[in-house]
This record gives sequence, C-alpha cells and structure tokens, in this order.
Amino acid sequence: MILSEQKPLEDILGYLEGEKTVFILGCNGCAQSSGSGGPVQVEEMKKKLEEAGFTVTGTKVIDFLCEKALVKSGLRGKIDQVAAADSILVMTCGIGVQAVAASVNKVCHPACNTINLGGSRGEWQGSERCNECGQCLLDYTGGICPLTACTKSLVSGACGGASEGKCEISPDHDCGWELIYNRLKAKNQLDKLSALIDALDHNKLMARPEMLDTSRYALEQSDQEVG
Amino acid sequence: MSLKSKLESGKFAITCEVGPLKGTDITEVEENATLLRDKVDAANITDQQSSVMRLGSLITAYIVLQKGLEPIYQCVCRDRNRIALQSDLLSAWVLGIKNVLSITGDLPQLGDHPEAKPVYDLDSVTLLRAIKGLNDGHDMNGNELRGKPDFYAGAVVKVDSDTDASMELQIAKLEKKVAAGAKFIQTQAVYSADSFARFMKRIEKLNVPVLAGVIPLKSAGMAKYMNRSVSGVMVPDDLIQKMTDAEDKKATGIKLCADLIKQLKPLCQGVHIMAIGWEKNVPQIIQEAGL
Repeated sequence: MILSEQKPLEDILGYLEGEKTVFILGCNGCAQSSGSGGPVQVEEMKKKLEEAGFTVTGTKVIDFLCEKALVKSGLRGKIDQVAAADSILVMTCGIGVQAVAASVNKVCHPACNTINLGGSRGEWQGSERCNECGQCLLDYTGGICPLTACTKSLVSGACGGASEGKCEISPDHDCGWELIYNRLKAKNQLDKLSALIDALDHNKLMARPEMLDTSRYALEQSDQEVG
Repeated sequence: MSLKSKLESGKFAITCEVGPLKGTDITEVEENATLLRDKVDAANITDQQSSVMRLGSLITAYIVLQKGLEPIYQCVCRDRNRIALQSDLLSAWVLGIKNVLSITGDLPQLGDHPEAKPVYDLDSVTLLRAIKGLNDGHDMNGNELRGKPDFYAGAVVKVDSDTDASMELQIAKLEKKVAAGAKFIQTQAVYSADSFARFMKRIEKLNVPVLAGVIPLKSAGMAKYMNRSVSGVMVPDDLIQKMTDAEDKKATGIKLCADLIKQLKPLCQGVHIMAIGWEKNVPQIIQEAGL
C-alpha cells in the first residue's frame, strides 16, 4: 500500500497552463484507497477541470497504474481519447505517474503527492522508484523522478560526473538526468529544464508521526482524509 | 586588484588551486601561498576534493588570505546541510573571504570514506540562490541578517561532454547558475581550443566571464588515466604522443600547457590552472604563456 494525497488544484492548473485538452487517468489500487485517485476523485477532477475551461477528452481508472502492462492494456479502448488530449493527468502515486510516463508518449502531469510511510513499501514489478517526498516534481522532469533516478537526488539538473550517459557511481547505472533530458526531448518539453526548483523540504521526506504508529491495514481501512 | 575588479574591468584573470592536505601540517599550503601570491589573482581552495577527507577549505582559505593570496572558497554540497553551509558562509565573510565557488561535489563512494552519508540538501544552483539571499541580507527562509556579506560567487561547468544530452544539460544548468547569481565561471580542464571556442559560442548570450580550466600533463599515463576516469576531460591523441616522445616530461608538460593557454586567451576572460601537486611550476607556466 502506498499512500498519496491530491495536490492543490492551483498546482495542477499550473501544470496544465497553455493546454486545452486533457485525459484523466485514475488508479483502482492504492490511490483509490487513499482517496486521491479512484473513480470518485477522477469524476470530481473532471468536473473541476471542465469548470476551469478544459476539455476532458476522456477518463479511465485502471487497477494498478504501477504495472505498465495493465496501463497499456487498460488504455487500449481509449487510444483516440488519449491522442486527442494535450496531456494526461495521472491521479496516483509517484510510481504510477512514472510508469504511465514511460508507457505513453504523452506529457504526463502528476495530480498527487506521495506520502512517506516510514519504510513501508508497495510491491510492483517495474523499475520506477518513489521516495515518497510529499512534493512531487515529476511535472518538471518528464515523469522520471530525479530523487530516485539521480544518485545525488539533484533537483536543479545534472552534475558533471556522468560519462557516456552513465553515473559516476557505476558504469552500469544510467545518469538519471540524461534519462530525464531524453524523455523531455521526446515529449517536446525541453523548456522544463530551465525551471528553477526550490531546495526540497526535508520535513516532507520524513514520515509524519501518525504514519509511524499506524498499521498499514488501518491506513487502508481509514475513512479519514489523508493528511 | 581583486579577482572581482579584474574580471569586471575586463582584464584577463589568472586563478590556480591550493589544495588542503590530510592532517594538520600547513607548511606546504603556506609555501604555495607565498610563492603564488604575486603570480595569480586568486587561488581556489578545494573542499574535500574527490570526497577525500582533509583539512577544511574555510580555514585553509583564511590561512592563504593571511599569506597575502586572495582565496576562492570552494563550497561543496555533499557534506553539509543548508544550516551549516549558510553558517560557514557567514563565518567566511567575517574572516575576510570574499569569493566563493558553488559545487555539488562528487559522491562519497569515490573517496576515502565511501560509507559516509551524502547530504546534497542543496545543490550547486540552490546554494547559489542561498548565497544571493545572504548578500541581500536574509537567510534561505527570509529571516533578516544582522550584518550581511557581499560575496563574489562563481560556478563551474564541463566544456567537453561525450553525449548530446550531457552537453545540453551542462548548458541548461549553467544558464540556471547564472540566473541564480553566479558572476564568474571556471571550467573543467580543456585540451582543445577548437572545442572550447564552440562552447564559448554556445554560451555567448550569458555574458558571464569564463576562466578556462587547464591541467598541465605530467606524463602520457596521467593523460590516459584522465581520459578513462575523469568525466569531461578529453586529452587528444597527439598531445599524449608528445608526452610519450618527450625526453624532459616536465618541460614538455609545462610547454604544452603554456601553448594551450596562448590559444585559449583570445576566447575567454581568464585561465584557471589546476596544477594537481605541481603548484610550484605554476609561475613558469604563466611566464611561458606570456601572461
């Protein structure tokens, strides 16, 4: 179980600036139980975005967005709606956003922040990683997490250490920022590289006290709003 | 004339490196500072270079300053969080240190304490923004300072990259560094004036003084090692051959470095000589380069 919560609507509208059409993708796994990206929240988001003047070309809630095979098969009947959209708003955890961004050649915006559970991790088969930083940056980085893909977790761009696309730590490890660059280029978003990102808030990278003494089961069953 | 005045008045500047050693013996640092003080405009004081634990860059910058050589206090983001970095910067200013160079820093795994926790609370860009804030009289959270510094902040860039992505990322980040307050740039070692000229053309619009980095070769083996192991260093085969053929390796290494500086001089605003243990030969390199 991974816990996520929706970003403020103004952040999401900021990501969508300059766009007119959007496809909304929700997740029936952890995001549904978190109350951040299940069928109910996807419908609510659709209304909010339409009120804000966007055309929602379609919506889909897939069982587990962290599973790329399910993402691809789940979108099979929605190809025209996805194609008609400027971007996809992905309402799930950082792993799900990264899995969708890796699977679909569309700009993918995160609608949620992933909340630190103090060590508890979900189980999935992909290579995407999420540090549960509570301040999702995937909108700036082509849907590849700089905290987990870059060994230094740099938010401002590549260091000078890479050789032939590999990190200075090991010739087997890709430079995360080169992956980000190539993804941004493929999605025609290289302007994102110039964004000045604030230093991370490390408070949000630590588990909230209530997360440390709450069982996973209780979090899943809770009716309370996250946060 | 200070490094800042020199670069701002458009004069060609010379900087070099003074690296603190492991331990408390400062004899060599003091000797190098005395030797170099009238030859260069300023000296970078490296900060736990290559993630190897040594005497600190702040205190070494102060020692060098006491000896009459203007220091450039290198600050890496690997070892200290934003509280310690800002505090050390305030301390540096109080000690009379006016230049600071913002660097992300190698990973601990590359040094002699590979088990260390890497910090990277800030990176080279967010540190530059913090320095700008201190200069403006407030800390990173907007709290007012009682007495403020006026640092001349610099940054680094890699000129030669082996992938297009790396090249574009370096330039994008350099633009951010300048936007974040970098007033001068020192480069990773270059060995090709042609490649350096292409790089300078790319960053022309940034309008920031650039000091071209050079490392004198001591042997062909050193060149091959750097080509293999140091990101962004590309020593061409003809230079390696000249070092292999040379009878007097030292004289040849110095001459090749001086020749390169002559070729780079019309393209940039200064030169940064990283002698790596050859600090005592820096005056001769400068003389042979006609500076």
